[in-house]
Amino acid sequence: MQRNPQLNEKGELQHLLSIEGLPREILLQILDTAESFAGVTEREVKKVPILRGKSVFNLFFEPSTRTRTTFEIAAKRLSADVINLNIAVSSATKGESLLDTVANLSAMHADIFVVRHASSGAPFLIARHVKPHEHVVNAGDGRHAHPTQGLLDLFTIRHYKKDFGRLTVAIVGDLLHSRVARSLIHGLTTLGVPEVRAIGPQTLVPKGIEALGVRVFHDMRAGLKDCDVVVMLRLQNERMRGALLPSAQEFFKHYGLTAEKLSLAKRDAIVMHPGPMNRGVEIDSSVADGPHSVILPQVTFGIAVRMAVMSIVAGN
Amino acid sequence: MTSLHIRNGRVIDPASGKDAVGDVFVADGKIVDGLKGKAERTIDAKGLVVAPGFIDLSARLREPGQEYKATLESEMAAAVAGGVTSLACPPDTDPPLDEPGLVDMLRRRAKALTRARVYPVGALTVKLQGEALTEMGLLAEAGCVAFSQANVPLADTQVLWRALQYAATFGLPVWLRAEDAWLAKSGVAHDGEVATRLGLAGIPTFAETIALATILELVRATGARVHICRLSTAGAVELVRAARKEGLPVSCDVAVHHVHLCEMDLGYFDSNCRLDPPLRSARDRDALARALAEGAIDCLCSDHTPVDDDGKHLPFAEAEPGATGLELLLPLALKWGKAASLPLSKVLARITSDPARILGVALGRLAVGTPADIAIFDPQAPVRVSAETLKSQGKNTPFLGHELQGKVRATIVAGVVVHEA
Repeated sequence: MQRNPQLNEKGELQHLLSIEGLPREILLQILDTAESFAGVTEREVKKVPILRGKSVFNLFFEPSTRTRTTFEIAAKRLSADVINLNIAVSSATKGESLLDTVANLSAMHADIFVVRHASSGAPFLIARHVKPHEHVVNAGDGRHAHPTQGLLDLFTIRHYKKDFGRLTVAIVGDLLHSRVARSLIHGLTTLGVPEVRAIGPQTLVPKGIEALGVRVFHDMRAGLKDCDVVVMLRLQNERMRGALLPSAQEFFKHYGLTAEKLSLAKRDAIVMHPGPMNRGVEIDSSVADGPHSVILPQVTFGIAVRMAVMSIVAGN
Repeated sequence: MTSLHIRNGRVIDPASGKDAVGDVFVADGKIVDGLKGKAERTIDAKGLVVAPGFIDLSARLREPGQEYKATLESEMAAAVAGGVTSLACPPDTDPPLDEPGLVDMLRRRAKALTRARVYPVGALTVKLQGEALTEMGLLAEAGCVAFSQANVPLADTQVLWRALQYAATFGLPVWLRAEDAWLAKSGVAHDGEVATRLGLAGIPTFAETIALATILELVRATGARVHICRLSTAGAVELVRAARKEGLPVSCDVAVHHVHLCEMDLGYFDSNCRLDPPLRSARDRDALARALAEGAIDCLCSDHTPVDDDGKHLPFAEAEPGATGLELLLPLALKWGKAASLPLSKVLARITSDPARILGVALGRLAVGTPADIAIFDPQAPVRVSAETLKSQGKNTPFLGHELQGKVRATIVAGVVVHEA
């Protein structure tokens, strides 16, 4: 087996491509570092000079507002220069290959590439071809991974629940297409969460997901019973067009999170969502805006977590 | 014509069961039982194996149309460097081999190179589009040995039925991959644990078994002679076994990659493992390797598919499927045989006499009077697989960097030494 391509020969984080395969110590290092940055974002002067003089290239081959913005804010708070490239409407449409695009940007002296791509594994390909001093941070690749989202989910869970060792976490909805779910599952199992549940219809739960260490439930009520954390996944509209689901209404009836269904979870359960939400499809507004919801704090924590990731890879 | 005396080799002829140290004589392009007078050339084969030249049922030469990936010259050099003296090439060229003129041209070009023998497989449907039948009779006259859709699925079962009826009328063999077009649609990897982990769209095993069940039912209905190409699942092996027991005229093969590799080998999105059919579970791989040993799978082929770097330096799902294989056929066959503890003669049968039977040619044996197509190799000599050592224009193989065993020292086609190393 090859060495994990995210780690350098000393076993330190060179790139962040996936949570899978990262040792517990590195995950905790990221979470602890994020904790220390959480203070920065509350200060009046929201900047630290850690990445001063460094260039962060936001390489988005797929449209994104939230993730790109939080990466941009995070990089700026670390005093880096940020260049946003919306490749979805430039080079790729002109027929330039992915590696050519990266080689060109590399010639402009990048330090960190933040990459979002519609194809699973694209950041691995880029990481194999960048120069030794350059770092790649995966901002979401196909269905494969969204490690900074996974980390901010872990950060949120730790913030509210302290100890991973006795939690039951349910992830609900479209797991088949979800990079968020995959990253979170790896993070939760690595940090010792004893029970991770995947809840969804057979069409949206990928084959062999049990091997990732989750219990599969098709009945949402049974799956939510006694959960400490409920993570709702975004259901994309295009999923309704194929043979995966009949309609949004029917999905909401079976797998939408309502106050009534949430009452089956523990009384102090928290509700999370990676955003953007489809109210009335996967989550009812009363829950999204209710007392259990920590959806907006997730966004805030996301900045600290991305600051932590960029500062750690740049230092290795 | 030249005469040749191959001395003191370990002569293995799977067709006759011969495995003994001895000499092989060649005159006028044929194997003879002795020479009058001294041979014009003597090859000392001491410590080497002398076997029939290898026969590969699937090797893409990329001509016509895809010369940027490979050329007839480069791939024929690769073939003889791998001891392959006969190969069948699938019709998925550009344009596809669906017209007698194209087939004729390919055969002439190949013949002019005087290297391996090339047996074109004609397209079953026009442009491989799965709608209209090709002129199979004329294509057969032009030299097509069989008809196939290559890796292009034929979704319309009505067309498949008619194609098999038509081919059966004239006794023409049809070679088919078993893959349900709808179930395999947009899939790039085995629908299992690894695809789930890597977030790759899966192709379920039943994409193969459902399509195979359909094909077998149509064979029952039409009596067409069908060869199933590149099995990838344990379930398909069982279906073929049962069909043969029933007496259906079906045979099948497997690609070298699929008896050695499985989904786990995708590692971190290694696009060299992007293959058609996909690498499946370890259980499937083991079942294929076992079935090949037992003879339930007739033969082993390289499924040689040279792809250039531009086609492989892409995210996994976007990468072009296929692996280069002509030069790895022998080493990978030996590796499989060793793991299965098979005698060398049985291993070689899968790449000589068995594929010759499916191809319907009097080759793949060392009998007196047959064309002198011979491979002389050192089964122990190490072979390091690298971009530099591969003669094929395609350097794309999951075995890049591996150390294998089995080096071809000389290849002879029709009595002419076409490769020496």
